[in-house]
Parts: sequence; structure tokens; C-alpha cells
Amino acid sequence: MQTTNSSRETILGAIRNSLPKDKVEHPRIPHFQRSGERLKTEFERHLQEAGGVAHDVATVAEAEARLMTLHPGAKVICSAVPEIAGTRRAEDRDPHEFADVDVGIVRALFGVAESGAVWLTQEDLVVDALAFLSQHLIVLLDPEQIVSDMHEAYRRVRLDETAFGCFMMGPSATADVEATLVHGAQGARSLNLFFLPPAQMPVVPASTKTSRPEPGA
Amino acid sequence: MSNAKQVDPAKAAELFIIHDQIHEPMHDRFLWGTMQRRDAEAAAIPEWEELREIASKIKEHTLTHLDHYLEEFEANATKRGAHVHWALDAAEHNEIVHSILKDHGVKEMIKSKSMLQEECHMTPFLENRGIKVIESDLGERIQQLDGQPPSHIVFPAIHKTRKDVAQLFARTVGTDPNNDDPHLLTEVIRNNARPRFLATGAGMTGGNFAIAETGTFMVCTNEGNADIGASVPPLHIASIGIEKLIPRVEDMGVFLRLLARSAEGSPLTQYSSHFSGPRKGGELHIVLVDNGRSRRLGMADFWHSLKCIRCGACMNTCPVYRRSGGLSYGATYSGPIGVILDPTFDEFKYSELPFHSTLCGSCSDVCPVKIDISDQILKWRRVMAERGYLPLVKRMSFAVAGHVLGHPEEYHAMEKVAAPAMDYAPHFLLYNRSLNPWGRSRELPQIAKQTFRDWYLANRSEHADDEQ
Amino acid sequence: MTTQTEATNQSTISKDTRIALFIPCYIDMMFPEVGIATLQLLERFGLNVSYPLNQTCCGQPMANSGDEANAAPAELLFVENFKEFDFIIGPAGSCVKQVRCHFDVIDQTDDVKHVRQRTYELVEFLHDILNVDSFPWAEFHHSVAIHNSCSSIRGLGIAKPSEIMGVPFDKTADLLSKVKGLVLTPVDRPDDCCGFGGTFCVTDEAVSARMGLEKAHDHLRHGVEYVVSPDMSCLMHQQGIAQRSGLDLKYIHVAQVLNGGPF
Repeated sequence: MQTTNSSRETILGAIRNSLPKDKVEHPRIPHFQRSGERLKTEFERHLQEAGGVAHDVATVAEAEARLMTLHPGAKVICSAVPEIAGTRRAEDRDPHEFADVDVGIVRALFGVAESGAVWLTQEDLVVDALAFLSQHLIVLLDPEQIVSDMHEAYRRVRLDETAFGCFMMGPSATADVEATLVHGAQGARSLNLFFLPPAQMPVVPASTKTSRPEPGA
Repeated sequence: MSNAKQVDPAKAAELFIIHDQIHEPMHDRFLWGTMQRRDAEAAAIPEWEELREIASKIKEHTLTHLDHYLEEFEANATKRGAHVHWALDAAEHNEIVHSILKDHGVKEMIKSKSMLQEECHMTPFLENRGIKVIESDLGERIQQLDGQPPSHIVFPAIHKTRKDVAQLFARTVGTDPNNDDPHLLTEVIRNNARPRFLATGAGMTGGNFAIAETGTFMVCTNEGNADIGASVPPLHIASIGIEKLIPRVEDMGVFLRLLARSAEGSPLTQYSSHFSGPRKGGELHIVLVDNGRSRRLGMADFWHSLKCIRCGACMNTCPVYRRSGGLSYGATYSGPIGVILDPTFDEFKYSELPFHSTLCGSCSDVCPVKIDISDQILKWRRVMAERGYLPLVKRMSFAVAGHVLGHPEEYHAMEKVAAPAMDYAPHFLLYNRSLNPWGRSRELPQIAKQTFRDWYLANRSEHADDEQ
Repeated sequence: MTTQTEATNQSTISKDTRIALFIPCYIDMMFPEVGIATLQLLERFGLNVSYPLNQTCCGQPMANSGDEANAAPAELLFVENFKEFDFIIGPAGSCVKQVRCHFDVIDQTDDVKHVRQRTYELVEFLHDILNVDSFPWAEFHHSVAIHNSCSSIRGLGIAKPSEIMGVPFDKTADLLSKVKGLVLTPVDRPDDCCGFGGTFCVTDEAVSARMGLEKAHDHLRHGVEYVVSPDMSCLMHQQGIAQRSGLDLKYIHVAQVLNGGPF
């Protein structure tokens, strides 16, 4: 690739010449007071406002049954989670191979109550494209893994450990024609979220839950 | 400065208003509705004003240490496997992008919305060199098909009705001109874009934030189009303005709580994606672009405009923007933020923009990073006046008024005689009476039979002994 | 930037306090009744009010357009006329904002600083300095919408702008609510700019007129009879629009309502 070393030096030099004389300190970000609302309730409310739907499912069997009710005609159900098999396992393949996926199933590490968003990383998705090429998404979330707001959320993410991470708040949306809300602009047309703790199987690395510091009180 | 013609936002806005009774009221209504949602979302956050203050300070901190954070970002992004390029200006940005695409044999590229790429006029540059560029954001795609730039930095086609879009798609994509259901129109573009995403060799994005601590950049969309472009093709190129830096991951919490609430009245955009190095099996290029930003950093009155996070709240709240439509500004950036950014690119061409404002101040109050937009608009007027860019009628009448208003004896002499006062009043109140733009839509106020001063002299004579 | 004025309590106002009346040029010439109402109202509180006869204009039309060179003579004359006073009170938010916030290009002498700090808009003076709790002489049996000008709201802080989060307040409403018979009527967009904007109303005539017309329709929709404002310039524009369009709305200055006339 071409080197642009001289531009780099020119830009940094110009910046140094232009830097405002009075330096500004980085402010402290305080811990803000939280509302008393139960995190799970707040999460569900916001997810619904974002166009997603939350489901309480007691068992894996119930989750699978709900999946079939929601997407009865789905031909390709691609699963990145151990609990639900689907019709295809998400494997580390070329992203183009995910173009025919009707329903993608993924597990989010945690959710954020103030928005209804879930945090999904490249590791959770196996291949990033699964989250965006699938026509519909099912997201599994442990109801115990909900943080209050984006401050807590960012204390929890590890951007130094993954090449891709996304706060996903419901399905794809647009309001570009007469400010009318439409779901399924380019990404998933729907997002259903199942509250389901990870199955206690040895194949599930426990590290995702234990190695991360809990957000501040 | 260029030889480009001055843009005339007042004239263009007038055409938008008189065009019909549909577009301008709709435009105003949608953006006002967005503001109402923004107000409700902001009101639900007790620490909203504190967040604005913190965000403002983080940006000011970053900008006053920008060299340091750019180097830190570059080092970390490189460590994560990204190729980092530096572009002095738009031309170099476009050259860099072109050369990457050429090296990879890319003939058609699909991109998500990036105001920086608009600013660089990248699409015509690439298309002139045989590379087809497809916008994937619905609003941007509508504007691209219509041969227009975006009219709003968040809602690019907000000035169009659904009928406009249906007719445009009928012309360009071949759909039914009479079916103007937004669901259908959205589906048309989804189906049109999908095979392109799968066929293309490269996806391009912008970047909303770049985090120095981890070499990560962030892209916010509602459609997921940037994510498809980044996750499917083997090559991802991101254009990022050097002012998008923030120091730490922790800072993102502040900005993401403010951004979408300010932009559209929702807690977040549907997708807030973080790219730290290339995806598995992919290649990532980041182009850091200056294009006048380092110079702006040195402008004592205007460097705070670099704090902008491109939420568009100032446009939504601006009563002038809502009635004008974004295309009236004749520039990449419209609305209040455009008024203060555009003259940094070309003072003469955009010399009228600072006057396309009532200075109501709402933009400064709504700005999530507390840019003193309204004060900067006034300061740009001062610059334009010093450069002699005030319209001639205004210049002449101000010179007369400036003298008379500094000389009470002349002022009151004029005021005393009724007829000259009638004649004179419009000159300092209404400035260019010959064109009579006041009277086109308004009745003229009546000159009183007795001025307050005369009443005072007649009724408070005990105070009036110092009369001249 | 708004210059904060120091808090002053009622006890500092006495017969010896030198109070000046600042009557903006357009009020002098076209709305003398507003000047009369302001003077009479202040006199009702036993204040010793002077009207410096050499006043012309605060320089706003020029300064507002960025033409500081032509604004300076008017600004310097203003300082000369008012520098000896403890309080300078004007019934016009935008003109007071011009003095307080935008006399920043001329040399910042002690006189300039004094005048900038001591110039008050009428509503804030009544509300913050005099702490007026009643207007027993005033009655107004009408449905009233308040139009606090943008300068008054966002420049002087006489009401909370809708964009800023926090506890709402409105000093004009506080004062008007003490007037017998007066019914305050909420509207859809109380603090959306009416489109006057000084020179803007002629340089950007189409946008200005559209904004003014929508303002009038907002008032009509809510059954407003009178639009009352601390800024006569906004009203001059709105009134011109309403008259031209044949809309049945009346426009008067807050001083006239609080003083009980003249109308």
C-alpha cells in the first residue's frame, strides 16, 4: 500500500501548530443515580419500543417450540448457540454462505436496560455476517445479565479482545420515507429475544461469566 | 478562496416554500416531531445536562491533545491489524480510496452514509475512474438516484414526500409509480442492495467515533447497512475525520447516551458497531482525514465546531432550517452546524449562510456537546462584514444609520419632522425599503403621532431641563 | 455568552437609586405607549426614573449583522448616556441582550462593563430585583398567550427554553398570573422563534413570513385573544403578518398589561 508518511507528518505538525493554548482536563464521569425500575422490566419495555419482542422461556424445549411458532416456514435456521441446533451450525466460513439464512440464533453476553440493546461480539456470532444477513434473529439472553445503562455497558465490553462488537437494539429499521418507521431495511426484519440462562453444559465456557468484573455497584 | 458563486439560501428557501403547500409543511412537521421525541427522551435522563457538559469537556480535552490521541489511535489500530492512512485533504482521501480499490480489482463498491465522503465528493471521483459506487442507506440511495446530495445529515431525503420517492423509483428502479407505501419502497431497496452486497469486493463506511485507547472505531446505523458492508465483502474501508477521536472506551458511554437521543429521540441507533481491526478473513483500511480540520483547530472563535458529533439536533430544532429544507444551503453541511462549518471551506461562497438564521439560540441549547453554534453564527457575520461581504443595500444603510445613531442631535432632528421620520424609519428598521420585503407579507407598523420622547418632554417637564 | 448579573435584593433599591429608562428607537417612534406604560409602571413602585434624552439606539441592527464598525458609535453613545445609573431598564429583551451580551467588541472600559452589567429587561427587573408580588391596579379579562422572545429566553434567561432539561420557569408568566382576570393560554410551540430576527425579517422574507404565519395560527388554534410579549419587535412582525392575513389577534407589550394601559 502507498505510504502517506509525509501527509501524516504534515497533519500532525499542523495540529501541533494549531492546538488551543488552554488545555482542557478530561472530566471525571460520575456514577449516576439509577431509577428504581427492575432491570429486566426496563429492558423489555425498551426492547419493545425498539421493535423487538422479549419472551420468557423456562426451558430449551420451550424455546425451540417458540422458535417454530415464530418462524414456521423457515428453511435455514442457523444456530451459533449450543442449546438450539437449528438446521445448520454457524461455523467459521465465508460470510457469503450466510446469505440464505432465514433465522439466525445467537447468544448475547449481556443486555442494557436503558435501551433494550444486547451486546454481540464476533465470538458470539461466529461469523459477523450471521447477525446482518439473517432475515430474522433470535437472541438468547440470561435475564441475570442486564446492566443498567451505557456507562455500565462500556465497563463490561472488552474491545481489546474482539475485532467486532455491536450493541443491537431490536431489528433493522428506517424512517427515510416520510419519517415512517419500517422494520427490515437491510438487516434483520425481526428480533425475538428469549430470556434463557446458558445451559449448564461443559462445552459452554464458563469464563464468559466469571472472568469479567461485575459492573460497579 | 474560490471563484465559486455565492450561494443564496434565502432565495432557495423561498422556492422551497412557494413550491407547493405540501413539502415545506411536511418537512417542518417531521422535524418538529423528531424534536418532540428528542425532548421526551432527554427529559427521561435526570443527568442530561450533566452529560452534555461532560461530553463537551471530553471533546475539548481530546481536541486540545489531538496529536497525542491520533498517534495513540494509529498505534493501536495498526497493532490490531488495520492499515491506517493519512489524508491531508479531500483529493488525497479520494486518491487513497481509489488506489486501495484498484489494487483489489474492485469495480463496484457499496457504502454506508458518511458525511466526510460527501465532503470529499468521493463518489464522482471514483465514478470518473470507472468504479461504480452504490449508497446502501435508504435515504442516501434515494438522493443518489435523484442526483441530489443529502439534505439532512441524519435523514438525507426528509424533504421528499412518499409520492416523490415512488415516482423516483418508478423512473430509476422500475417500480409502480402509484404504490407509495413506505414499506414497499423500503423493500425495493433492500432487494436491490442485497445482491450488490454479496457481489461487491469492498464495503465502505464512515466512523462516528474513534477510540484512541483501543484503536477501535464506531459506526451507528439503524438499517444495519454499514454492518453488512463491513461483514460480507473481503475489504472494508472507513473514512474518519481526525476530530472524531475520543480518548477511552469509558467515554463512549457518555456519547452513546447522547447521540441517538439527540438525533432521533431514541435511546440508541439500532446498531452501534465497534470495529477493532479487520474481521476474521477480512482486510481493514482506515483513512484519517484532515481536509481543513487542523486549520479550523487554530481558529480561536470557531474550533469548538470540531466537537460536533453529527447528530443533526441543531437542524431539527432550527426554525429556519425546518422551513428552508437542507438543499437550500447549497453545501455539504446544512442547518446551523452547516452555517458555521461551511465558511471554513470557502468564505466567499458561503458568505450568506450566517445571515440565514434568526440567532434564536435554540441550536446552542440543544447541542449535545454544547457547541456555541448561535454565537459562532454571529461571529461569522462579523467575519463577513469585515471582508465586505454584507449585501450592498445593508452596507450603505448601515453606514448612514451608524453615523446618525451615534449623533443624537441629527437623530432627533430627523425624528422631529414627521415626513422625514417616515422616510428614515424604514432605512434603519427595514433597511432596504425600495425592495419592500417587509410589506410583501406584512402590514407596515404606523409611525406614532407623538414619539415617546416628545410625550416625556410634555409630561415629565421637571426631568426635561437638560433638553438640548 | 450571557453575562451573569449579580443578585440584588429589594433593599438596595431606594429613592437614591439612580434608575434610567432605556426606550429602544422603534418603541420611541412607533410604540410610545409601551414606553409610557413602562415609565408609569416603574413610578408606581416609587422609583425615581430618569429618561436620558440623548439616547438613540443600542446599535443592534448593525451589530446583529456583524457590522461592528457601524455599530460602535451607537454603542459608545449608549454607554455615555447610561454610565451614571445604577439600573438601566428597557422594555425590550433583544435590545437588552444586545447591551449585555454583545457590547463585547468595543473597548471594555469600566463604564462599558458597568453598563453591560446594570442593564435589565423590564420583566427580569420586576421579577428578580423588585420581587413584585402583585399588580393591584391591573385587570385584563382576556385569553393571553405569552411570546417570550428568543433573546429573552435564551439570551437573558427569563424562561426555561424547551431544549434545556430541568424545572420549567417563566418569569413573564409569573408576573402575568398576578393580573386579575387574565387567562394564560398554552400553545403548541411557545418558544419556537416567530421569525422576526432583526434584519432577518427583510433579508430572509419568505422564511420569516412563514414562521410568523405559523405562529399566528398556533395562537388562533388555541383561542388566544391577545399575544403578550416583553419584546415589541417580535410583536411588530407578528402583528404585521396577522393584519395582512386578516387574522383576529391582538398584540400588546407586557408593560401595558402590568400597568393597566395605555392600550
